Amino acid sequence: MARTVIPFGPQHPVLPEPVHLDLVVEDEKVIEARPSIGFIHRGLEKLAETKDYIEFVYVAERICGICSFIHGQTYCQGIETIMNIAVPPRALYLRTVWGELSRIHSHLLWLGLMADGMGFESLFMHSWRMREKVLNIIEATTGGRVIFGSCKVGGVRRDISADMIKTILTDLEGIEKDMRDLTRVFINDSSVKARLSGIGVLTKQEAWDLGCVGPMLRASGVAQDMRQQGYAAFKDIPVVPITRTEGDSYARCAVRCEELFQSVEIIRQAFAKIPEGEIAVKVTGNPTGETITRTEQPRGEVVYHLKANGSKNLQRFRVRTPTFANLPAMLKVLPGCDLADVPMIVLTIDPCISCTER
Amino acid sequence: MSQEQIELITIDALLEKVRAKKAQDCRLVQISATQLPGQIELTYSFDLNSQLTNLRLSLPGEAPHLPSISSIYLCAILYENEIHDLFGVQVAGMAIDFKGKFYRTAIKFPFATSAKIPCASSAAAPATCATPPPAITGAIK
Repeated sequence: MARTVIPFGPQHPVLPEPVHLDLVVEDEKVIEARPSIGFIHRGLEKLAETKDYIEFVYVAERICGICSFIHGQTYCQGIETIMNIAVPPRALYLRTVWGELSRIHSHLLWLGLMADGMGFESLFMHSWRMREKVLNIIEATTGGRVIFGSCKVGGVRRDISADMIKTILTDLEGIEKDMRDLTRVFINDSSVKARLSGIGVLTKQEAWDLGCVGPMLRASGVAQDMRQQGYAAFKDIPVVPITRTEGDSYARCAVRCEELFQSVEIIRQAFAKIPEGEIAVKVTGNPTGETITRTEQPRGEVVYHLKANGSKNLQRFRVRTPTFANLPAMLKVLPGCDLADVPMIVLTIDPCISCTER
Repeated sequence: MSQEQIELITIDALLEKVRAKKAQDCRLVQISATQLPGQIELTYSFDLNSQLTNLRLSLPGEAPHLPSISSIYLCAILYENEIHDLFGVQVAGMAIDFKGKFYRTAIKFPFATSAKIPCASSAAAPATCATPPPAITGAIK
């Protein structure tokens, strides 16, 4: 049978960001997928050599427009580890709350994109309508909707008042109820199941061997979540990873759906336990040393390798983003699938190319 | 470095050490390169039971080369192509070789010491749009 090469991306209706695949197909079956990225590489890692390490939080937050807060948080954690800075407990709790709000809005964004990719337009609109409510909380507490600008080396820039906490908890009740209705459709609707079940299957061993992270890894049955390491307030708020065993697109969708409610519960616990006190400590001097810091972003484990030699500029700022780790698995599951399933498989890794090409 | 364990190795021992990590069922977390005076430092990070361990080796600053570990960890292809494109390290035997087109940077090997980075005021518009599509060899089977 004759083989045809079909270009997929970098501009494609299901791709918010540019990634390109040359799909080698026989009839409607994908035989091979040849990837191509690198359209928007920004060289942000190199900027660390010319920016002051304190002001560099500003750049770290701009690696991604969705998980921006956790990028800033991970960078700050790394610098604080190198400099042995004791961050005030209240600041750690506030970071946890904003991190989980980021996870909720990121997962809702992804659910919307997935629904849009399936042609389920009303579901897409409902997902993003709910995301707006989460963004409103973020805006009310940080002043920003996407880039929070709230994290700094030594703590956070803003506090959340007791009155605001009450308001947020009330809002979360409504959001949680709406999300129950929304996720019920993603989990139970026959058309969603038919579109996602058995598509892009990745076994537990394959996911591990290919270096997968986050929902991609957990949907294949590996119970790993960097929040278990106890950074920020997670030493007081235990996290049990949400897993599925099917390893298909439906399982990845289901993991993200369940993680929405896990994050709501974490925020409730954080507000119940948040201590009074300072939100930042003064940081003086320059860092000397090295660390590799890992946190759990909505898309999975992010790795920051920071190396400092006592000057105000870092010697090395290296970020391994979750999408970067999940790309090999995407290429593994594409061969053998139907051409029409390619958008679903690409979407279920929740690709973030701006992160990948930082 | 706190908490993380670093084992210093030589380039000759790399494949053997990586095979040992694979035999332990470690996950390859990342490969990181750092440009230091006269050398490039590489850090291979592995995860087992959520504990991080690292292998570290140094390459000479001039004409650095490295064997690929993609025959052991297939996912290393992205890290190795990245290290080639940003630092100019020649990696032999990659399962997928993007031939220097993994990142379409305006400057060749921008993170290497020899890179000539123009200052912001005099920087011309990057020529990335004119970069031809990559000639990739290899595929994930």
